[in-house]
Amino acid sequence: MEPFKTFSAVAAPLDMLNVDTDQVIPARFLSRPLDERYGTYLFHDLRFDAEGAERPDFVLNREGFRGAEVLVADRNFGCGSSRENAVTALVEAGFRTVIAPSFGDIFYSNSLKNGFLPVRLPDETCRRLREMLHEGPGGEVTVDLESQTVTAPDQSTWSFEIDPFQKNKVLQGLDDIDFTMQFLGEIEAFERDYDKRMTWVTTRPHQGA
Amino acid sequence: MPATMFDKIWDAHTILEREGNTLLHVAFHLCHDGSAGGFAKLRERGLAVRRPDRMAGTPDHYVPTTSRRIEDLANEDMKRIFRAFGENFSANGITHFPVEDARQGIIHVVGPEQGFTQPGLVIVCGDSHTSTHGAVGAIAFGIGSSEVAHVMATQALWQKRPGTMRVTIDGERPFGVTGKDAILAVIAHIGAVGGTGYAVEYAGSLIRAFSMEERLTVCNMSIEAGARCGMIAPDDKTLDYLKGRPFAPSGAEWDKAAAYWRSLPSDPGAAFDREEALDGAALAPMVTWGTSPENAVAVTGRVPDPAEEADEERRAALEGAIDYMDLNAGQAITDIEVDRVFIGSCTNSRIEDLRAAAKVVAGRRIRVGHAFVSPGSGLIKKQAEAEGLDRIFTEAGFEWRESACSMCVGMNGDIARPGERTASTSNRNFRGRQGPGVRTHLVSPAMAAAAAVSGRFADVREFG
Repeated sequence: MEPFKTFSAVAAPLDMLNVDTDQVIPARFLSRPLDERYGTYLFHDLRFDAEGAERPDFVLNREGFRGAEVLVADRNFGCGSSRENAVTALVEAGFRTVIAPSFGDIFYSNSLKNGFLPVRLPDETCRRLREMLHEGPGGEVTVDLESQTVTAPDQSTWSFEIDPFQKNKVLQGLDDIDFTMQFLGEIEAFERDYDKRMTWVTTRPHQGA
Repeated sequence: MPATMFDKIWDAHTILEREGNTLLHVAFHLCHDGSAGGFAKLRERGLAVRRPDRMAGTPDHYVPTTSRRIEDLANEDMKRIFRAFGENFSANGITHFPVEDARQGIIHVVGPEQGFTQPGLVIVCGDSHTSTHGAVGAIAFGIGSSEVAHVMATQALWQKRPGTMRVTIDGERPFGVTGKDAILAVIAHIGAVGGTGYAVEYAGSLIRAFSMEERLTVCNMSIEAGARCGMIAPDDKTLDYLKGRPFAPSGAEWDKAAAYWRSLPSDPGAAFDREEALDGAALAPMVTWGTSPENAVAVTGRVPDPAEEADEERRAALEGAIDYMDLNAGQAITDIEVDRVFIGSCTNSRIEDLRAAAKVVAGRRIRVGHAFVSPGSGLIKKQAEAEGLDRIFTEAGFEWRESACSMCVGMNGDIARPGERTASTSNRNFRGRQGPGVRTHLVSPAMAAAAAVSGRFADVREFG
């Protein structure tokens, strides 16, 4: 996994509550292979109309936001379906981080597995940041994981919280499976005990049944 | 110290803790055709499935409801995924029910039906509606494909312990109210973010009065309130439901398991981080009007008026939803005309759901352009046919289809046309969920049936 340390880029404001992962990538694209087209599936039905023409009012189609690689969203971003393809589509379209007041649980953890950083900032801060970006399209935002700060185009800086355990994994780009494998001894010991306690938990035919 | 049911199950699956994070043993891993990503990630690294004896699967997401043949799948990408399903499971020696097996169905219906879903377990699946399985008294939650691969490799997951929330619904069941109406009311009450960061336990006399099918429906939609999982304490109903299921224990093993299951309910006096309560006696049949499951009102209600919303952001969201749904502020729900009706999905496709819908449909004709039923599993389909429900539906003008996720997920060929309005027993009314530009209203099976035979939303309580 690519480590995430610090990232500065043009940011786009997305003024929508409850952006579910069906909006991030519609279900009909989930069976598509991962190729150079993948980034175009991002927000597909918000970005394009039924004929495939750009919707001029959607933020990523507007001047100053086209090349955005930081997203500033609203409450409950990434709610709904567990599809990790939502993170893949964001990454393939060039995004490395999304800032929002709250996230769908599964989206949040999927993000961290892909070196894509979900940043929680208070409602009011997100709103200010989105307003600032609307007023000055093309403004850059910096997200620094080490210092846990977000810097706005006007140089205002806010700190954000992240679980230290998760932070360390993302900073180092640690692979979760490799990380867990160092505890294989503990896992095996636990399973021996569990299998003894919970003899009935198996898809194999039950003994004495 | 008195413990919650969540605490008991969590602690029984804790392998170790690091910096406030738990390495949690996964008792059971349910899979479907969409789990292919997990298998691919495992293969890339040359790793084996650690516990094939703790996995089971059936294809559901990409499966067509009009055919049981791979050749009839919508496109080549789907055929590739579908073939991979069988190969992945066979190669790893995992119990699975391919599409030609009568036991195939929606994984969240098949899990409980086969008895894979049992109380006291940590159950995961690469699908957000895994919360369904908590209805028997388990910790069950959805994960992404990286975590699916992690579970395949280690039979464990890193998790941050969520907070606990109890939602109590006391009161006599009002006429015409089902588990679906109750959970829509809960989501409307706490909001689509209300459950974020929490494991929710549903309690109270109305929850106890619900059948297992209804409890599965309630827990199924916990994710629509943002919750990590939803759960209901096991009781006699739970044990009666599980007894004799193919993969449930029997004989001496049953007694041992049952003793453990009986110890699971939250202890009297156990403290929850948050408590919410709804008056069960005040519930009514519900309909969603907007593009989030929290946009639910009683069938006797109206589309809200954004002008009455003080918060600017919320007002804009209301306006956006009303515009997408092509409704008017203040419009009566029963004045909304419906084009299509879908009865199915992991939320509402169980035998009891089909019986409830058939009861309303019996002797009537549909007054919508298209209506169909996709039973939750091949076995439910057979059972319904044995009871003659299929004929009731087809005589009314419904199509009687095969089992799959169907029009809940809109990725298998079952979608509506742009601009069409559906009454759907599924779980998500998101924009475009049932096809680009489609307007989805979530309802119970009986309410979907009432809409089908009325051509518009109708109060099922008037159908007698």
